[in-house]
Amino acid sequence: MGQTIIEKILSAHSGQTVHAGDLVVADVDLIMGQDGTSPLAIKAFENMGGEKVFDPEKVALVIDHSAPSPNEGVSALHQLMRNFARAKGVRLYDIGEGVCHQLMPESGKVGPGSLVIGADSHTCTYGALNAFSTGVGSTDLAGAIISGKMWFKVPETIKFVCHGRLPAGVYAKDLILYLIGDVTADGATYMSAEYTGEAVDALSMDGRFTVCNMAIEMGAKAGIMRADEKTFAWLERHTNRRFTAVDPDPDAVYARVKEYDVSALPPQVARPHRVDNVCPVTEVAGTPIQQAVIGTCTNGRLEDLRIAASILAGRKIHPDVRLIVAPASRAIYLEAMRDGTLATLVEAGAAVVTPGCGPCVGTHNGVPSDGENVISTANRNFKGRMGNSNAFIYLASPATVAASALAGCIADPREFVKQVTA
Amino acid sequence: MILKGKAHKFGNDVNTDYIISGKYKFKTLDMNELARHVMEDLDPEFYSKITPGDFIVAGSNFGCGSSREQAPLAIKHAHISAVLAKSFARIFYRNAINTGLPVVECDTDQIQPGDQLELDLAGGVLRNLSRGLDIPVKPLPPVMLKILSDGGLAPHFRKYGGFNL
Repeated sequence: MGQTIIEKILSAHSGQTVHAGDLVVADVDLIMGQDGTSPLAIKAFENMGGEKVFDPEKVALVIDHSAPSPNEGVSALHQLMRNFARAKGVRLYDIGEGVCHQLMPESGKVGPGSLVIGADSHTCTYGALNAFSTGVGSTDLAGAIISGKMWFKVPETIKFVCHGRLPAGVYAKDLILYLIGDVTADGATYMSAEYTGEAVDALSMDGRFTVCNMAIEMGAKAGIMRADEKTFAWLERHTNRRFTAVDPDPDAVYARVKEYDVSALPPQVARPHRVDNVCPVTEVAGTPIQQAVIGTCTNGRLEDLRIAASILAGRKIHPDVRLIVAPASRAIYLEAMRDGTLATLVEAGAAVVTPGCGPCVGTHNGVPSDGENVISTANRNFKGRMGNSNAFIYLASPATVAASALAGCIADPREFVKQVTA
Repeated sequence: MILKGKAHKFGNDVNTDYIISGKYKFKTLDMNELARHVMEDLDPEFYSKITPGDFIVAGSNFGCGSSREQAPLAIKHAHISAVLAKSFARIFYRNAINTGLPVVECDTDQIQPGDQLELDLAGGVLRNLSRGLDIPVKPLPPVMLKILSDGGLAPHFRKYGGFNL
């Protein structure tokens, strides 16, 4: 019986041939924790009798969720992480370096065939590099830090085949919102999502990260893509390590195969308070907004900032709107600074904050007021997500967010894309 | 182990932000403090309504969203004895078992708010005492039952010095 990508990766890491439904204890290539989950993992590590980290090279801690610290409670937890990292010889990415899900790929720690666990649900992002990466909790993380292993139930896979090419003004974010809206928030629970087809092949690596990032929003354990020349070109820019692509067998068994033609897909918006509450932008266009956010592990990459800048160039955001921009990493911040992207955004009225997760998780850096509407490039619009349960969060692509920041209300970016290219 | 208490009922897709908001979880490792804010965005008074041993009863996809282990820990520290739902999100389910919070899949439509329930975890039986019903529950996978019966993954590790599944 043929194997899916995930079945092959879990086989290679457990030394046996596995298929969906099997339970395996597998070796882990990389273990990542952020500041919302690592402090509990450090406690669990001690509680489990942990003394040594199995391999410090394979463990990374990132301070990104409340960075820089907004209060002394958070500061104490950050200090706990710094002390642990120092004592155990583990690399700690401190404030300003960026969001964990940008830093792990960017630092060359992940590639095709890797098996990664991260104490953050959006760890599924690295599937864009043909890796099996999945979110876990703090105790699972601690167990892996001690043993280098974790147990997995081998997931079934849903294959999403996306035919056609995305139209102008429609991006990776629109594609993944559309798929989530179609299969719903728990449509892929306990499963993996494999994305394929011409529309996926045509995406840049930045776009592919966006699509895999949101696999968890349909309940999936992992999102994954095949590795192609774009994948390897991207890896070459970030690491000297050599990886081999893991392809599914032609007779691999899928739980379901879903086919789409995306060549006429309009820009999509997820309405409050559910990620699967998705509609075409035209249905909500005109809804007033008070805050716009571009950034997060979903859409804080260079391509995203450039798309926003292309719409905002030479214009001013609406006087009733705050626009917050958080580059996903220091490298992206620097590049956007060097090529003028940030100057364009700031001239338009954007407030640029430290690379990190702040506005998305509601810890600091842009908590909305009661009754306010926010349009964001983030991955979640749960009630209270941004720190105020009386606010309303809409999710959209960087283009839609930029267009909305100009208009003062949710706006169709295709109008602006036409003007930009005209 | 027999658990007994009354039902507090919630709907579908109760996410981890509702269970414990991000604005609290980043500040402290004091789970008793976090427990006071459990389910706050869905019911600001929820914590004060709990009698130790009570159950959270919900629809499908309970615990969707973040990987925060503070979610099952806040529920446990609020003295909820178990969560009953039609289905659970994957990471929450695993975190609950790892931290020793029983989670049970069953048809929760047969439970109304305030119903008195009795759950026999080992026997796999849920009794709705208020309605005289026996509700079948989905058995836990053996690996998870083993971790839960050891009291969670930390006690399991202490006992065996690693995975012994």
